[in-house]
Amino acid sequence: MISLKVNGVERQVDADPDMPLLWALRDLLKLTGTKYGCGIAQCGACTVHLDGQPIRSCVTPISAVGTAEIRTIEGLSGDAATHPVQRAWLELDVVQCGYCQSGQVMAAAALIEQNAAPTDADIDAAMNGNICRCGTYPRIRAAVKRAAELKRGGESA
Amino acid sequence: MSQEAETHTGRRHFLIGAGVVAGGLVAGSLLRPYLTGGRNASAPKEFKPHAFVRISSDDSVTVIIGKSEMGQGIYTGLPMILAEELDFDPQRLKVEFAPVDPVFNHPFLPAQFTGGSMSTMTTYNSLRQVGATARAMLVTAAAARWEVDPGTLRTENGQVIDARGRKLSYGDLVEAASLLPVPAKENVPLKDRKDFRYIGKPQQRLDGRIKVTGGAIFGIDVNLPDMLTAVVARPGVFGATVRSFDATQAKAVPGVVDVKQVPSGIAVIANHTWAALKGREALQIEWDDAAGRNESTETLRKQWQALAAKPGLVGKNEGDVRRVLAASAKRLDVEYELPYLAHACMEPMNGVAHVTAEGCELWLPTQGQSQDAQLVAAALGIDPANVKVHTTFLGGGFGRRASGNSDFAVEAAQVANGVGRPVKVVWTREDDMRGGMYRPFSISRVRAAIGADGLPAAYHHTHVGKPVLANTAFGKSMGKDTVDPSSIEGAADMPYYIPNLRVEVHNTTERVTNLWWRSVGHSINGFVVNGVLDELAELAGRDPYEYRRALLAGKPRHLAVLDAAAELAGWGKPLPAGHHRGIALQESFNSIVAQVAEVSVNGSEVRVHRVSCAVDCGLAINPDQVVAQMESGIIYGLSAALVGEITIRDGAAVQGNFDDYPVLRQAATPVIDVRIVPSDGPIGGIGEPGTPPIAPAVCGAVYAATGNRIRRLPLSASLAPQRAAAPVSR
Repeated sequence: MISLKVNGVERQVDADPDMPLLWALRDLLKLTGTKYGCGIAQCGACTVHLDGQPIRSCVTPISAVGTAEIRTIEGLSGDAATHPVQRAWLELDVVQCGYCQSGQVMAAAALIEQNAAPTDADIDAAMNGNICRCGTYPRIRAAVKRAAELKRGGESA
Repeated sequence: MSQEAETHTGRRHFLIGAGVVAGGLVAGSLLRPYLTGGRNASAPKEFKPHAFVRISSDDSVTVIIGKSEMGQGIYTGLPMILAEELDFDPQRLKVEFAPVDPVFNHPFLPAQFTGGSMSTMTTYNSLRQVGATARAMLVTAAAARWEVDPGTLRTENGQVIDARGRKLSYGDLVEAASLLPVPAKENVPLKDRKDFRYIGKPQQRLDGRIKVTGGAIFGIDVNLPDMLTAVVARPGVFGATVRSFDATQAKAVPGVVDVKQVPSGIAVIANHTWAALKGREALQIEWDDAAGRNESTETLRKQWQALAAKPGLVGKNEGDVRRVLAASAKRLDVEYELPYLAHACMEPMNGVAHVTAEGCELWLPTQGQSQDAQLVAAALGIDPANVKVHTTFLGGGFGRRASGNSDFAVEAAQVANGVGRPVKVVWTREDDMRGGMYRPFSISRVRAAIGADGLPAAYHHTHVGKPVLANTAFGKSMGKDTVDPSSIEGAADMPYYIPNLRVEVHNTTERVTNLWWRSVGHSINGFVVNGVLDELAELAGRDPYEYRRALLAGKPRHLAVLDAAAELAGWGKPLPAGHHRGIALQESFNSIVAQVAEVSVNGSEVRVHRVSCAVDCGLAINPDQVVAQMESGIIYGLSAALVGEITIRDGAAVQGNFDDYPVLRQAATPVIDVRIVPSDGPIGGIGEPGTPPIAPAVCGAVYAATGNRIRRLPLSASLAPQRAAAPVSR
């Protein structure tokens, strides 16, 4: 058994140490908000936070997680969608098919945690690893800025 | 004339209407199955005047949609239409995906199907009729309760209100309404457009919240009690089969439950995905693939170039292109080439099936659930009535999830057959990308000439490629010598006036499998036609925008769209140093879209800075989602134009994942401005028409920047040293 701290809760998984965190989350813990897209850290659909840092869970073996805190999309605000990134995403109606959006939201949440006012270049750098085939990129760019604003407390603007 | 009737008898816009399938008008029966439900004793009580809607005594309204949500916004747009006539705030709606039922069939075919950008245009009237009928019954019920004339009552957001200001909520009326006879269609007037409260105004997506919280369930997310997960080892070479296999080591992998042969390959069934993948790695398989190994893009290209020089099947012939071409001094003879493209939906193909003695139950991210049910039944040898399909959200579709053989559904059923437990079959990205079903690889040779006035006098287009419809249910009635409408759409029916126009086709038969890819023939022929127009404009010494204006004379809707895009882009106005513009217009799926791309080129690197897009889609139900679909279509088309290419070598696809099949990412995304041109036209599609114009618009700009005429996509291939395409002769 391997112990994982997921969204603030200690969980036990019975799995090979080399199992990628993605499959442990999805198949064993039934946290299917985190998506499989490529399996080789090319698309970002599997992005979760490890101690606040965005990582690709598809190439992160559970043995490498240790005691680090894992946060998945389900742990951002539950079903409430109250995280600034989620609020901005809804305000600008970013999503289309939605499959990549868990990863996009998690990447954006990590970005605004570390950067209170990301520029276009910051957004390009932080979000370039997250592919969206529906082409929601223009709205993601705007929504990341809006999310940072909401986080800073600027409700209107 | 009703919207459906307009659509159905439309001149030319639909593949399905083009004579391939005899189009029985099922739309006439859309109002048939009125169910006077809601009389059971269990709470809450329900009023279900039609299969499309359920109104509950708890005041909730649930709209049941027979279309699949793959990003295009139908989960919001269709319920909005019903809610408009019902007078109910769309943001309060609940939405459900329909079971397989003929009432949800597409009006053009006896099947439930989401594709061809037709969902809104083909359901608009029936959704309104159902909403208005339900409203009328609720009003009648309220009138009876109050003992007043129904004509004195009005409705607003889920309430019936009388002249004195008394109110009854719809929930209060469900029991009484469900006992009423359904009024005849003639007695239920629909709203005038000017009275619309919701249609035509931006409405937030109803699936937004569940998609930003990870709550939306896609096919790959389905979890059932006792469920197993499988992956299938598939042949790399198209058409290959299993000669022999040894599963000893695979079965020894912890978590692997079983290994079995299915028609698509060898399935490894396990407790979870990771075990299935490890088991698949441990398989020993010998493939019988010799026959397919000699197929490659290189060999196909040579064969098709030769074919393009020969007369083909005639898909369109107006005037006399040969005579005019022979007599013209200013002419060109050019060859355009477009690659195989994978759809690359973010959610790879998958399916969940549970086969029991009673039948088969499936959970599918699918665009074609009733065909899936039929083909699963056929594969299992059971009655289609015993196959039940649950439609999930789709993580992208783009046509891939409407494959003609329901591959991912049938395979899931075959893997699950005999297992006795539900099985989820997951395709890896590589399985998905190397699995074929590509947009066809095509070569188009065009011989064209301009007259003394500089305008095109003759256009002779010869298309070589595998017909798309032949790989779908529509192809069953097509012989090898049939002109597939999708091979010529966008060329034979181009809106530009050319007096002598001939389009010919060579149907190829390579092993590589093909399928419709967002906008089908339009992404191919739109590139060729707009590219050739640019070349003819240059021959005539004319500006590409002005040249198109001249060819669209007498078509005010097209001109308005073209002008709007040009104005939005500031066509003709100065640009930053090194920036150049290109323009294209394509009419597809009843909508007209023009785009101007602003581009700079550095060596072989093309940077698209801005795209200005104008669209006339008739009535825009949810305008912000029309904008979103334009953005989406542009970015999808840009990936293809700049870098998208599946190449075949030794019978197999070279590219397998996003490392070697790159797609557009955030940093390369241009600014996109979209203008919806006001229109009284019939409702057009919106999921696909944004894609075709972007590649030719970008290539027009690349030509302006470099003098390099792009006749082959992707640009990464065309602009690579020593690979640039040249005219055949001139």
